[in-house]
Amino acid sequence: MSVPVRVVTLLVAFAAVVVVAVYVVVHYMVGTLPTVDYTHAASGGQVNVVLQEDPQNNSSSRPDWVSYYTMKPGANPMSQASWVHTTLFSVPANTRVNLTILGYDGCTPPRNNYWSQVQGTIGNVIAFQQFKDPGKPQGAVHVTPTLNGWSHCAVGHTFAIPSLHLFVPVGSPDASASLCSSSPCVSGPYTLEKFSFRTPSHGGEFRWQCFVPCGGGFIDGNGGPMQTFGYMAGQMTVVAS
Amino acid sequence: MSHADAAVRTSDGARHGLRMFLIWLPLAIVADLLIWFAWYPHMPPGRMTDQAQGQQFDIAVMAVLAAPVLLFVWVYFAYALIVWRHRPGDEGDGPPIHGNTKVQATWITATAVIVLGLFVFGTVQLIVPAGAGAGEGPSPIWKPNTSNLLQVQVIGQEWAFTYRFPQFGGMESTTLMLPLGQQVEFHVTSLDVIHSFWPYQLGVKADANPGVDNVAYAKPQELGSFTVRCSELCGIWHGAMFNYGHVVTPAAFQAWARGIQAREARLGVLAALPRYALTYDPTVIPQLGKDLVKVAGITGANGYYYPSLFQSGDPGDPVSP
Repeated sequence: MSVPVRVVTLLVAFAAVVVVAVYVVVHYMVGTLPTVDYTHAASGGQVNVVLQEDPQNNSSSRPDWVSYYTMKPGANPMSQASWVHTTLFSVPANTRVNLTILGYDGCTPPRNNYWSQVQGTIGNVIAFQQFKDPGKPQGAVHVTPTLNGWSHCAVGHTFAIPSLHLFVPVGSPDASASLCSSSPCVSGPYTLEKFSFRTPSHGGEFRWQCFVPCGGGFIDGNGGPMQTFGYMAGQMTVVAS
Repeated sequence: MSHADAAVRTSDGARHGLRMFLIWLPLAIVADLLIWFAWYPHMPPGRMTDQAQGQQFDIAVMAVLAAPVLLFVWVYFAYALIVWRHRPGDEGDGPPIHGNTKVQATWITATAVIVLGLFVFGTVQLIVPAGAGAGEGPSPIWKPNTSNLLQVQVIGQEWAFTYRFPQFGGMESTTLMLPLGQQVEFHVTSLDVIHSFWPYQLGVKADANPGVDNVAYAKPQELGSFTVRCSELCGIWHGAMFNYGHVVTPAAFQAWARGIQAREARLGVLAALPRYALTYDPTVIPQLGKDLVKVAGITGANGYYYPSLFQSGDPGDPVSP
């Protein structure tokens, strides 16, 4: 092999390695999900944040993973355009967060039923109501400090910010109904759950997670979406003024 | 001049061995005094428990033993650089010292004494304080000399530790409170992957393995806060799997534990928890009366957990325990 050919081969191989490295860095390391900014939506010391959790998602790579979605501030939850496929959102410091979660996913019992207990919300309670479809409530609004995921098919996931000592079971819709099959969900049975908590007086990043092992197809259900930002793992950014 | 004499007394008549010893001795004494009186009280992991204090003592003893050895190497190195450095016009070799029985015997004796001494010291320090804070498995060999034990179960799960107190109705908490002066018996287990319970300031470290009861002991002897970390890589939030515990007075502990027990009894949480056991199988839910469904050997989501009959049945009242 001549010297020019060897030099060209070496340069091409080097370029290929560089391209692969850049691709990995861009897509897996510095590529970030969008963050839904709720800091400007706060008023009177409160801010309303809305999430939904679905049995699937609209990504092209992992459409069968369970996933949370975050709603744009003040948008219509019954419009698919209102939802952003991310689990990152930012809220102001020292503010009451009124969190609403629309639980479209079916029931799965937590591995530890201790997570059936509501902890860290204002009043240590949640308010939830099941719906057959938007505008069609099924039963009354329950205000409760527990949501037992072992004795009833009642818990789909949890929303927990451990460093704020916030642990909340998220209700699931009537198990006999067919679940929403097109995400972000705007139709089908769901549970509307509301609770409030206060953000700390200082800024920072606060990770949140689900404590129900909902990574179907992974050992103990703890892989895949459970360990991936944008699905069941998220981060709340608290912004100090 | 014999080989042995050549090793310590060269042609210039200097007794290099004695010189080095006289340089090394005060340095070693000063270093050990500084370690013992200035550094030792501040060494990790502190003195919050008897186990932590024991580990602090072990580290201090090791440091006191290691400092003279390290200083001897440094003194010899510096002395050789200064005294035996190459000088202009000196092309000769140094005196051969092979076959020097005195040097060999001294070296073998000193290293043997150090290694065997450390072996005995380490073994005693592992046995005497009931396992030195390490997880001893389900049947610990080294136990504290008391039957008055506070049992605390540590449950690892992705990604948090929770704690159950069987002597308080099996109540569970995300906070670890311990009473001052009370011998504690930790039972460490996991509900999913391998974690490791590491309350650093307590001097305890025990693997949390699924299906395994790993026992460790500690007796708090200082009031204050400590950090509990997971020290086994366990997934994306491993680095965030920590929380804080507190050593409080016995009265404060009783008030806290009774309060949690009463609250969880009132809310139905105690009834909703599985019966207290040393290990748990998370794929078995007693309230359902049967094992959970597994999909291809993997417990999964989207309702796969529930047996089909239960899933299609009446959801009932989801609030009651």
